[in-house]
Amino acid sequence: MSSKPAKPFSIKHLPGFTTIALGCFVLLYAPIITMVVYSFNSGQSVALFEGFSVSWYFEAAKNELVQEAALRSLIIAACASGIATVLATMAALGTTRTRNFPGRTFIYLMINQPLMVPEVVTAVALLIFFASIKVATGYSGLAYLILAHAAFCVPFAYLPIRARMEGMDMALEIAAADLYATPWKTFRRVTLPLVAPGIAAGAMLAFVISLDDVIITEFVKSAGQDTLPTYMLGQLRRAVTPEVNAISTALLAVTVILLTAFFLLSGRNSPAGK
Amino acid sequence: MSDIPTTNAQTTNARQLSALEVRAERERIKRNWLLSMPAMILLLLGASGPLLIVLVYSFMTPGDYSGVIWTPTIKAWFQIFFAVDIFDDTIGLADAHLTIFGRSVRLSLITTFLTLIIGLPTAYFIATRPGRQRTLWLFLITIPFWTNLLIRTFAILEVIRNEGLLNNLLRWLGVIDEPIQILYTDTAVLIGMAYVYLPLMVLPLYASIDRLDFRLVEAGYDLYANRWQVLRRVILPIIKPGIIAGSILVFVPSLGAYVTPRVLGGGKHMMIGNFIELQFGQGRNWPLGSSLSMLLLVIVAVALIFYVRAANRGGSDEQ
Repeated sequence: MSSKPAKPFSIKHLPGFTTIALGCFVLLYAPIITMVVYSFNSGQSVALFEGFSVSWYFEAAKNELVQEAALRSLIIAACASGIATVLATMAALGTTRTRNFPGRTFIYLMINQPLMVPEVVTAVALLIFFASIKVATGYSGLAYLILAHAAFCVPFAYLPIRARMEGMDMALEIAAADLYATPWKTFRRVTLPLVAPGIAAGAMLAFVISLDDVIITEFVKSAGQDTLPTYMLGQLRRAVTPEVNAISTALLAVTVILLTAFFLLSGRNSPAGK
Repeated sequence: MSDIPTTNAQTTNARQLSALEVRAERERIKRNWLLSMPAMILLLLGASGPLLIVLVYSFMTPGDYSGVIWTPTIKAWFQIFFAVDIFDDTIGLADAHLTIFGRSVRLSLITTFLTLIIGLPTAYFIATRPGRQRTLWLFLITIPFWTNLLIRTFAILEVIRNEGLLNNLLRWLGVIDEPIQILYTDTAVLIGMAYVYLPLMVLPLYASIDRLDFRLVEAGYDLYANRWQVLRRVILPIIKPGIIAGSILVFVPSLGAYVTPRVLGGGKHMMIGNFIELQFGQGRNWPLGSSLSMLLLVIVAVALIFYVRAANRGGSDEQ
């Protein structure tokens, strides 16, 4: 009936789906790309592109508040993701590759709790808890932020490590034990090298999650303890300043780099294949 | 009779063996718990434990400046829903609070619906791409997913504000003469939440469409179903667990959203998250903030239980 030559019937095709999907990608990326482009704008305006320049990056880098906030963000993210990764690895060793044991579900629930409770509720809870400790001890340093960040980073570190361990062949560890390796040696020489990509992936996720946190940091921080995200939130008036645009773009670049590394790490050498 | 000693010996052996096994089992459980303990302690200090303090605070009297006075009362819980008139002491509904709840629930539901409508075709598109291309499209969804929520909110703010991309484009096209005020309205919050939570919808949908057995779709066409019937009767029922997972993953953070309504809604278009913060800041009513937090937690818990049940049901259907 149709004058056009009939296309082969594809069972996977659904009319309009491709259009909506491509539209979705455009909508998803248009604001981000606009932000990146305007971070290279030479003019003051965030609405009119006047010429290419990296002056806002220099402006941001020269700002002492930005320097301090960036350094603080990095210190907190490094400490928190380090602590979270070590503890998550231990917990993963305790909860994977073993028959079910009493309390395992409870451990799962505890570890994944930060994923289930709305962040603002945790933030309020920590605000109350730390406020009383601050009054009691007089200490108001970075430790509170590191503790809070480490706690909500645990599930993000735990999940990739657990996934990696579950795919591991137990026979290798049994073989090591058969060859008279002590439990520690078995862990150090067999388990750890095999799980390492999962641990690295977990540590990276934890680092990004800590670096990105706004709400908990905003509630827990003492005066003068801004991290980059809370500094940016504080700078917001009616529009985003070009300086904040530049910081956003820089953070975006960090995320993309870490994420690419994460993809490469978790995609390669799957332990199941060995 | 002569059998009896042998049987006895066997049972003793079995008993010894099982005693050894029991000890090994106990050792194993102890080791597993010891390894998990440091993480549990950290989470108890930095996440779970403080929630109990919030629960206790929600039953206390607000202090004059901040904090609480240790006089137990259920006033904070009462205050969530009811207000006492300052002039004649009559009890009425707390309209301001109910408006904020209504807005939070309404915006979260619409956000979930919007992301589903856009996310489903997107996930389907990604899942039906050939091998390497699929990884690329998936990566493109993952980047916004891991990009700082604040940065994405700023990006959308730049698009929808009066001198922003959208208004400039519409003016350039001649659709409008004056910029439309989108920023600091419920619509702005809605656009922002749909934008920032969209990847949370696409990823679980993708996971379930990826597992879809297209022979079933083919069978549908063989039985003379049209495209719409196949979608409605074959694909949607099979990917239902993914739809539920995506909806919960979007609904829960939407309901507790803080950053997006603060940046895009301004002071007037608060959601529960912002209202809770207000109680700990200018409001100086920690018990009310605590009871609101607990209420939010209960709503989220109900949604999660619903999700787990639906997921289990979906799982058993597939088998």
